[in-house]
Amino acid sequence: MRRLGPFHPRVHWAAPPSLSSGLHRLLFLRGTRIPSSTTLSPPRHDSLSLDGGTVNPRRVREPTGREAFGPSPASSDWLPARWRNGRGGRPRARLCSGWTAAEEARRSPTLGGLLGRQRWLLRMGAGRLGAPMERHGRASATSLSSAGEQAAGDPEGRRQEPLRRRASSASVPAVGASAEGTRRDRLGSYSGPTSVSRQRIESLRKKRPLFPWFGLDIGGTLVKLVYFEPKDITAEEEEEEVESLKSIRKYLTSNVAYGSTGIRDVHLELKDLTLCGRKGNLHFIRFPTHDMPAFIQMGRDKNFSSLHTVFCATGGGAYKFEQDFLTIGDLQLCKLDELDCLIKGILYIDSVGFNGRSQCYYFENPADSEKCQKLPFDLKNPYPLLLVNIGSGVSILAVYSKDNYKRVTGTSLGGGTFFGLCCLLTGCTTFEEALEMASRGDSTKVDKLVRDIYGGDYERFGLPGWAVASSFGNMMSKEKREAVSKEDLARATLITITNNIGSIARMCALNENINQVVFVGNFLRINTIAMRLLAYALDYWSKGQLKALFSEHEGYFGAVGALLELLKIP
Amino acid sequence: MSWPGTFKMAECGASGSGSSGDSLDKSITLPPDEIFRNLENAKRFAIDIGGSLTKLAYYSTVQHKVAKVRSFDHSGKDTEREHEPPYEISVQEEITARLHFIKFENTYIEACLDFIKDHLVNTETKVIQATGGGAYKFKDLIEEKLRLKVDKEDVMTCLIKGCNFVLKNIPHEAFVYQKDSDPEFRFQTNHPHIFPYLLVNIGSGVSIVKVETEDRFEWVGGSSIGGGTFWGLGALLTKTKKFDELLHLASRGQHSNVDMLVRDVYGGAHQTLGLSGNLIASSFGKSATADQEFSKEDMAKSLLHMISNDIGQLACLHARLHSLDRVYFGGFFIRGHPVTMRTITYSINFFSKGEVQALFLRHEGYLGAIGAFLKGAEQDNPNQYSWGENYAGSSGLMSASPELGPAQRARSGTFDLLEMDRLERPLVNLPLLLDPPSYVPDTVDLTDDALARKYWLTCFEEALDGVVKRAVASQPDSVDAAERAEKFRQKYWNKLQTLRQQPFAYGTLTVRSLLDTREHCLNEFNFPDPYSKVKQRENGVALRCFPGVVRSLDALGWEERQLALVKGLLAGNVFDWGAKAVSEPWLVDSYSEWLQRLKGPPHKCALIFADNSGIDIILGVFPFVRELLLRGTEVILACNSGPALNDVTHSESLIVAERIAGMDPVVHSALREERLLLVQTGSSSPCLDLSRLDKGLAALVRERGADLVVIEGMGRAVHTNYHAALRCESLKLAVIKNAWLAERLGGRLFSVIFKYEVPAE
Repeated sequence: MRRLGPFHPRVHWAAPPSLSSGLHRLLFLRGTRIPSSTTLSPPRHDSLSLDGGTVNPRRVREPTGREAFGPSPASSDWLPARWRNGRGGRPRARLCSGWTAAEEARRSPTLGGLLGRQRWLLRMGAGRLGAPMERHGRASATSLSSAGEQAAGDPEGRRQEPLRRRASSASVPAVGASAEGTRRDRLGSYSGPTSVSRQRIESLRKKRPLFPWFGLDIGGTLVKLVYFEPKDITAEEEEEEVESLKSIRKYLTSNVAYGSTGIRDVHLELKDLTLCGRKGNLHFIRFPTHDMPAFIQMGRDKNFSSLHTVFCATGGGAYKFEQDFLTIGDLQLCKLDELDCLIKGILYIDSVGFNGRSQCYYFENPADSEKCQKLPFDLKNPYPLLLVNIGSGVSILAVYSKDNYKRVTGTSLGGGTFFGLCCLLTGCTTFEEALEMASRGDSTKVDKLVRDIYGGDYERFGLPGWAVASSFGNMMSKEKREAVSKEDLARATLITITNNIGSIARMCALNENINQVVFVGNFLRINTIAMRLLAYALDYWSKGQLKALFSEHEGYFGAVGALLELLKIP
Repeated sequence: MSWPGTFKMAECGASGSGSSGDSLDKSITLPPDEIFRNLENAKRFAIDIGGSLTKLAYYSTVQHKVAKVRSFDHSGKDTEREHEPPYEISVQEEITARLHFIKFENTYIEACLDFIKDHLVNTETKVIQATGGGAYKFKDLIEEKLRLKVDKEDVMTCLIKGCNFVLKNIPHEAFVYQKDSDPEFRFQTNHPHIFPYLLVNIGSGVSIVKVETEDRFEWVGGSSIGGGTFWGLGALLTKTKKFDELLHLASRGQHSNVDMLVRDVYGGAHQTLGLSGNLIASSFGKSATADQEFSKEDMAKSLLHMISNDIGQLACLHARLHSLDRVYFGGFFIRGHPVTMRTITYSINFFSKGEVQALFLRHEGYLGAIGAFLKGAEQDNPNQYSWGENYAGSSGLMSASPELGPAQRARSGTFDLLEMDRLERPLVNLPLLLDPPSYVPDTVDLTDDALARKYWLTCFEEALDGVVKRAVASQPDSVDAAERAEKFRQKYWNKLQTLRQQPFAYGTLTVRSLLDTREHCLNEFNFPDPYSKVKQRENGVALRCFPGVVRSLDALGWEERQLALVKGLLAGNVFDWGAKAVSEPWLVDSYSEWLQRLKGPPHKCALIFADNSGIDIILGVFPFVRELLLRGTEVILACNSGPALNDVTHSESLIVAERIAGMDPVVHSALREERLLLVQTGSSSPCLDLSRLDKGLAALVRERGADLVVIEGMGRAVHTNYHAALRCESLKLAVIKNAWLAERLGGRLFSVIFKYEVPAE
């Protein structure tokens, strides 16, 4: 069973290389400018953090009465005053838009079944690799990365989950009133019935949902929101557009920051996109998951539920906040599988490019500060692909076609670990701050290198002296603990986590016999150090066999996938 | 990656060498003569110096008394006198080779070197093999103190050599760790083929090595997140400086306060996903905040989980890539720490879904020293021999109870010893075992069975007085016999008490291991064969009865004779033809099948494992052998190489056979024509391990095509091998002379076991 071939170098050494300390300081690289963490544009709001400031969950408790809906002082910060004069109206009947729910109900059994079957086939060894059954059986790991002491997840449960999840979203109309009755009820609730009816009919004819079009990905640390701003609104449409819809559009598109923690990544905006026959711009917005209650409150205050919009949401938070959306915002979430969304999002975004530029890129000479270049990569042959999504934790997927993939494994050592440890070790409060410190630190003071032990290379095994032998290994000594700076510690944390992800990704690539590895996720945002290290580590330890690829919209694919699901774009 | 021992460099602080003044102070507490045993004959030193512990290895010879038997020279004498013993016994000095391994804290290193220098007599030794990260640091000290040249050996090579050595030579070396079971260890029977395997050494970093043969291994990967990360990062986070204290903190913490779990991400809805909400989504994911304090315990626990899970995951990925299911873990991160064994085991089970087994080693800490020693001793070919753990001289595995604090757990200030005796002949599997990897010699696992354990430990305690008396009586001419016997009593008593507390100390606890430990302790105090005189007397009596017994057997009809022969075998040492003592009906009775078989064609060759001296061998086994010979069946009679209780030894059997040949033409001609062969088992145990038998015996069994195995006596057929499955017909015969065991098996005292088994086609 031993896999031979080009991906089986004679000496595997998954322990991470450490870039020479000056490497990362480069600001400009030949070819293209790489946003190094030292030069990244300063955050628009200093308090913004991945999960920074307060981690106080500020969960909105189950409301007992109307008073309970009052905006919490801290969480409503990011809402503009004009949005905050909430009327606290009566909770409305709840549902996804009738069309979506019905459509979902109609198609989900087949789609879910199909997906489930494909995965099952793959797991049983009938996948394109044709590898032995056992191999695939083992490879299909559980959804979540690591193990707590108490119990292991049922790995098979994961496989059935998309089916079940679809089933649950399909059953939505059953909640509360019948879809038909609710729709009628709603028709009279705002604007003029005539125009709305026409709009609805038109929408139904075109098989596309009503505006606003959102895709939501609620992660463990960050919420990613994509918003499609239609630019082809006719005068008639404009006139008919309900006030709340207009205000949402104006608010989102005319601001780049929302409250103290919400950020619109203007540089990522995709212009002149055609989606479901509508032309417009796609906006990318993020805010910390702990501000989710404020977001829901905003939805309530803005009377989102009156818009008949469907909130397609993915990520763990789609489950966690489902009840809050329902009881506070009067909004029914359409929960979507996060891995489905992720893959959908990546494939779509890659296909539309980045405003004429390439979405996917790689690093040439990643370890050489003089020669390092960020170069576009044409992902014309995407399959098979190893997809490494680095959020708070890490998921690793093997993708064989647009709807044939499996989760290979995951690790709990991800972006959350980097930032969490940095907070504990350095007292930093934001992801940006942690990266900035890391950019100024020297991890070799913290880590024990091969040369620290052997005085040079460990020739018996062909290990270079500069390789890290033990992360934080020097910190076993009191003297060395006293001699390191916070910056050194931040740097070492970054290097440790990054190297480990690279190492696990490399092993998965070997086991799955895949040679292109795409790293995505918000851990890589403004994190050139990590990206170059991943590129270098993969190249070095695979002797050039593995290629690390990156994508401009690194953290937003799940949200994009959720939007595509709303629009039923395959 | 792991540098076994290397991590443990001077700067690791916590347990550096200390000042010389410090060492001198501590040297007072040393009982060096009990630790550095047999130093006067020591040669070939090796040393493995880690961050906190030093492991010293040397080869020595032990001179001890053995009882030799020798036939009287009858030439010139006309007749044999009635009361003359059948042979003479002489006590001789014999030299056997022994490997000594001593583990002690680095603080003692100078005192130890001084002691060695003062006591080392052997001057051939010129070189000491050194490995481990501290080797170069102490190089000058060693060279100055011992006047030996330090030869540095590669750490990983030593580790793997040592690992191969213990896996081959120490039964129950490897174990799996089972959380929440008592005891937590489940020992593995030795696999006849130890290769290939994956060794994951967790030192300051992690090294993953694939071992394919004795000399071929490949470093397949590693990780920088290892024990050094736990220690270093743990020290930063908790301000706790010592590794053991960090582990102790971790064992009291709640990682869910620091880690972001699935349920934190998914809310209460994780059930929908069919996932456990307790899985860690992001290690330290909750600590990303400035306004919350985290307890040291919680952070240490989170760190431990993070590192253990990561290592387990990488190990599984490598195991899968190389299609290996046996992964041994070692290194200071593991070294006897139940906390880390638990988390690593958990992680391996999780990531491999039970397909990969996390295995740990009893003598993990010694691997480097053993390997370095073997490197230096290559010209002696230690790998050509079989070695056995000496239970008398070895400390055994320490308690692994996680409840104990590090101070109680660590053998700080004490010394840990491992002694291995070189066996005269290499030991191999009996070729007739049905499935060697699954063969377990012992019938009852006392590690598992608390009731049985209690019973047998008490049994052995109660029998101790008798053994001591017997030992003294066996050496009437010795002036210090009583004193030595008292020391024996103390030693064995202590062993029994240790085993009450830590039944897993020497691997799986069995009646066999209790018996073997007693033999080792007796040998230790120069009581090589307390039963020699008893056996001599009984053999004499039985030999005189032999002609009469044979005559009366021959007078019986065929069918009656077969039953009488079997009863003779059964009656053994309670030999009386009426077999009044045995309880009827037989507890296990397949006699009629056996009789039926005897009516068929003769067996080609029978292998018989004999039990006791005296009546059993002479009036039970030999008449049976004689009948087989007459049927045209060749017989291999296997007796113990060394003495154990009143079991007949190989050398005694030779004399007995010679005497019988003098009386009986059947045996005489069979011996001459080599149709009756007397061989040794390679063992000195009252029990029988069919996976460790003399290589010559195995060869003979193959050569003669043995198709019947007869195992008789309680020790060999009931305590061991009761469930042994063979590829040929077998007879297991015993009278259960222990009421408790009889009851366990559903019978009464003196129940008869007659188990005739034919393998399925």
